[in-house]
Amino acid sequence: MAAVKKPETRNQKPEIRDSRSVWIAPLLVSGFWFLVSSCASRDTVTIIEFWGLGREGEVVAELLPQFHKEHPEIRVDVQQIPWTAAHEKLLTAHVGNSLPDVAQVGNTWIPEFSTLHAVEPLDARLSAAMPRDDYFPGIWETNVVGGQLYGIPWYVDTRVLFYRTDMIATPPRTWTEWMAIMDRLKKQSKDPHFYPLLMPTNEWPQPVLLASQLGAELVTEDARAKFSDKRFVDAFSFYLDIYRRGYAPVIGSSQVANLYQQFGAGEFAMFMSGPWDVGNLRDRLSKEQQGKWSTAPLPAPDGTPYPGVSLSGGSSLVLFRSSKKQAASWKLIEFLSRPEIQIRFYELSGDLPARRSAWRTPDLVDDPQIAAFRTQLDRTIALPRLPEWENIATSIFEHAQLASRGQFDAAEAGRRLDAKVNGMLAKRRWVLSRLRVASSELREPLRLATHSPVHDDARATRNAQLATAGAAQ
Amino acid sequence: MSKSPSLQVSESPRSVPRTPRRLGDSTTRRLLSILIHFLLILGAIATAIPLLWMLSASFMPQGEATSFPPRLLPSRFTLEHYGDLFTRLSLGRAFLNSLFVALIATLASLLFNSMAGYAFAKLHFRGRASLFAFLLAALAIPAQVAMLPLFLLLKSLGLVNTYAGVLVPYVATIYGMFLVRQFMVSIPDDLLAAARVDGASELRIYWSVVLPVARPVLATLAIFTFMSAWNDFMWPLIILTDDDKYTMPVAVANLVGEHALDLELMMASAVLTVIPVLTLFFVLQKQYIAGMMAGSVKG
Amino acid sequence: MSSQARAAVALLFPALLMISVFYLLPVAGAVVLSVTDFDIYSIGDASNTRFVGAANYGALLESPLFWKALTNTLYFSLVAVPLTVLIALGAALLLNAKLARFKALFRTIYFAPVVTTIVAVAVVFRYVYHARVGLLNQLLDLIGIAPIDWLGDARWAMPALILLAVWRNFGYAAVIFLAGLQNVPDSLYEAARIDGAGPLRQFWHVTLPELTPTFVFVGVITGIGFLQIFAEPYVMTPDGGPLNATLTIVMLMYREGFRWWNMGYAAAVAFVLFALVMLATALQAFMRRAR
Repeated sequence: MAAVKKPETRNQKPEIRDSRSVWIAPLLVSGFWFLVSSCASRDTVTIIEFWGLGREGEVVAELLPQFHKEHPEIRVDVQQIPWTAAHEKLLTAHVGNSLPDVAQVGNTWIPEFSTLHAVEPLDARLSAAMPRDDYFPGIWETNVVGGQLYGIPWYVDTRVLFYRTDMIATPPRTWTEWMAIMDRLKKQSKDPHFYPLLMPTNEWPQPVLLASQLGAELVTEDARAKFSDKRFVDAFSFYLDIYRRGYAPVIGSSQVANLYQQFGAGEFAMFMSGPWDVGNLRDRLSKEQQGKWSTAPLPAPDGTPYPGVSLSGGSSLVLFRSSKKQAASWKLIEFLSRPEIQIRFYELSGDLPARRSAWRTPDLVDDPQIAAFRTQLDRTIALPRLPEWENIATSIFEHAQLASRGQFDAAEAGRRLDAKVNGMLAKRRWVLSRLRVASSELREPLRLATHSPVHDDARATRNAQLATAGAAQ
Repeated sequence: MSKSPSLQVSESPRSVPRTPRRLGDSTTRRLLSILIHFLLILGAIATAIPLLWMLSASFMPQGEATSFPPRLLPSRFTLEHYGDLFTRLSLGRAFLNSLFVALIATLASLLFNSMAGYAFAKLHFRGRASLFAFLLAALAIPAQVAMLPLFLLLKSLGLVNTYAGVLVPYVATIYGMFLVRQFMVSIPDDLLAAARVDGASELRIYWSVVLPVARPVLATLAIFTFMSAWNDFMWPLIILTDDDKYTMPVAVANLVGEHALDLELMMASAVLTVIPVLTLFFVLQKQYIAGMMAGSVKG
Repeated sequence: MSSQARAAVALLFPALLMISVFYLLPVAGAVVLSVTDFDIYSIGDASNTRFVGAANYGALLESPLFWKALTNTLYFSLVAVPLTVLIALGAALLLNAKLARFKALFRTIYFAPVVTTIVAVAVVFRYVYHARVGLLNQLLDLIGIAPIDWLGDARWAMPALILLAVWRNFGYAAVIFLAGLQNVPDSLYEAARIDGAGPLRQFWHVTLPELTPTFVFVGVITGIGFLQIFAEPYVMTPDGGPLNATLTIVMLMYREGFRWWNMGYAAAVAFVLFALVMLATALQAFMRRAR
């Protein structure tokens, strides 16, 4: 099995040193020198890593040249992470100690990351350049956990009512008006496929914001569920009533093939959504359909101020505790929070600015369909800031799905949610009790605030009942 | 061709004539052929329709694929999305990363799994059966269970954000060893005995005698490993943090925009993701099938 | 040690090292996790972990969602496995027919769904399954059946998923069957033909018995794979489908572990599934021996 060595192979060796090899050595040396020298020059530059999510990650790169010009000693290395896996990736990066310096995170994730001690408190860094009152209060609150600020709002969104102007002359301001409009539309239409409102059963924002509008607390500060509370049950009844009366189809979002086309074709008159759908409708509807829709802030329960509260959505910029370049990273956050940069970001991405002063730009002021968002953003609520929130929200819509199909009523749904959510929060209660023991030994009391003030209005509850009763006539 | 001896008293009451039922044979053959091809084509259409639509959508102008009711063919044939993928989204880099990872994974897997598969198939050692049974049992564990602990382990080894870290799950797999072992069981023992008589060492036998004979199962293993490494999404996303190391599925997932639906773009990237593996299969399919033979199918 | 044993050690070493360190060790880690209440609070501060013994296992056995996922998974497997096996066998028989031409092309087409990326396929299939204008309903309309809300109706969501999974996986099994078919010696067919058997009887008396080991192999592989099904339902119905109709065990595990970070509980779910698969495999082996 020994290989036979051919005599030619041995003679071929000297030929390797042909004319090409003469250049190899100098190339290697110069290449190496080039590499080393560029490394050397990079040593004096601070490189910070920024993770952007989805489209924002793509767009932010266009803002960076200006930042680099203003701060030549800092270079930002942007990475784009898909939304579908961002959550897992951030967590595993934290566990694996490979988080970036700064990142964009959905503002509902902030409670989780503060529980993980992954993010830096930012109160001490706030300067006059980022005054608190230039931000929408509900949005700001979303970033505050345990009394400390962990994120700076970058862009915001909230839910408003999208409606067909040719079917609805004046958008509703109260729940009663809303029910009346839906009743009228339902009676007037001959089309069995027509519904006044599209409200997918697998979305939790709708029942949650309706409950919030009535002042329901959902989860208490000491991690107890409050879904049996009258306010939640009444709001949930109102929610279920909409399906029961046939004002909204009992379907999930995946069964809506093309929201925009169907809206444009008039298959439903209203739906609740965020600013992204303004752009989508403008892109996808035909010219004739463009003039027939608009947005309006949400109707409020009777007797409460208009508009009804909505959700505080959007993304924030956070600084990770593990970052070794916090000062430089903070400069990036400051830069992205400047009103003029916020405006540019809006122009590039369509995401609404978090800074109120940025809203003075004509693009936003003169946009009739964005006006509703401006009004609504001043009336948003921050949800309970617990890491378990998403799990709780999922339970809410699961029960909503069952209840909307008639399996049980609102009161029973409240009881079941209480049982389920209390189970979910058992660990949290244990952790909190440990912290209380620990904090009683500290000089400063540990602030465990997880909520923003909710209005406690018994009258609103009663008016809600009147609204549902009134529409029954 | 062995014939049952017609001279003997046989159980069957009649002996079969030399040319049995050849009447009308060519017509039967033609009808049968038509039927077979009809069914094959029907099956192919049913199987291929979603893929053909995917292909068609990748050539549609933006927004057309989500029109309602859905269109089957593009109104206007355009390559803009493919262009976008390589320019705006630099999918070329992701493509190369995927190729690199899949190739290395395949080569390593071919080596490690074939070595182990051979050992289980043909070498006698104590505890062979129980070890093999133990590994087979481990096949039943869902892979996601191990993801976070595995990540922590790699982190302590300093393999986070390295190509080595990505490769770790594909390099040696129980299924791969199983496949090779099943095939190699059918290698004639005489072949090995003869080589031993010739004085070849066991390792030599593996390398020079067994591997050439095992080419079919190696092809099967190669395709299987390439496919797994190429299509995996979750693991490369978790272990890699530099986006210039990202593989294609991760890059494709970026296109599932949270607000906007760039459906045509996503279909174009899906087409690009499918083509390499499919080409590999098309080219190697005979060996792939042969590799499944003898042993693997005998259980 | 004999020379064979020594060689075995050398040959087994690399693969077994990789598997032990990078698969078995993490799995052992997961076992430990399953007896603790390791969750997001633990990740933030390790002292927030408590040993809970079998509490996770008890909790999941009491959880209606777990039972729903289990029922779904069993329903899925009991339908999808025979369906896949039969369709794969049919395809393989066609592809193996001596009269068939363009075999390479057809084989590639049938194998193509196996190599597609699930994310893109899901989008296509959402259109196929659309309640009003989806392709499937349009076809049903041609034969006079009323449209079905495939993904929204709790009765039809799982069948829709089964169809998707079968479409996506039958090619893999078909290729294995093809290998098995090609392995049947021609002499057996000849002998049968001489004995007067037509094609149908040849199939029944030659092909099927010879294919038994392949059947078993395909059945086991497909069964194990389908009991662990994750990608298809996760991408088609990420929220578990209407009334959790398409929530499978691995989806539940993933959701608990990677969305809610209840890693101890999720690990327990995984091991319960493992026990089930072991049970199913043992049952199948027992039945084979009993035959």
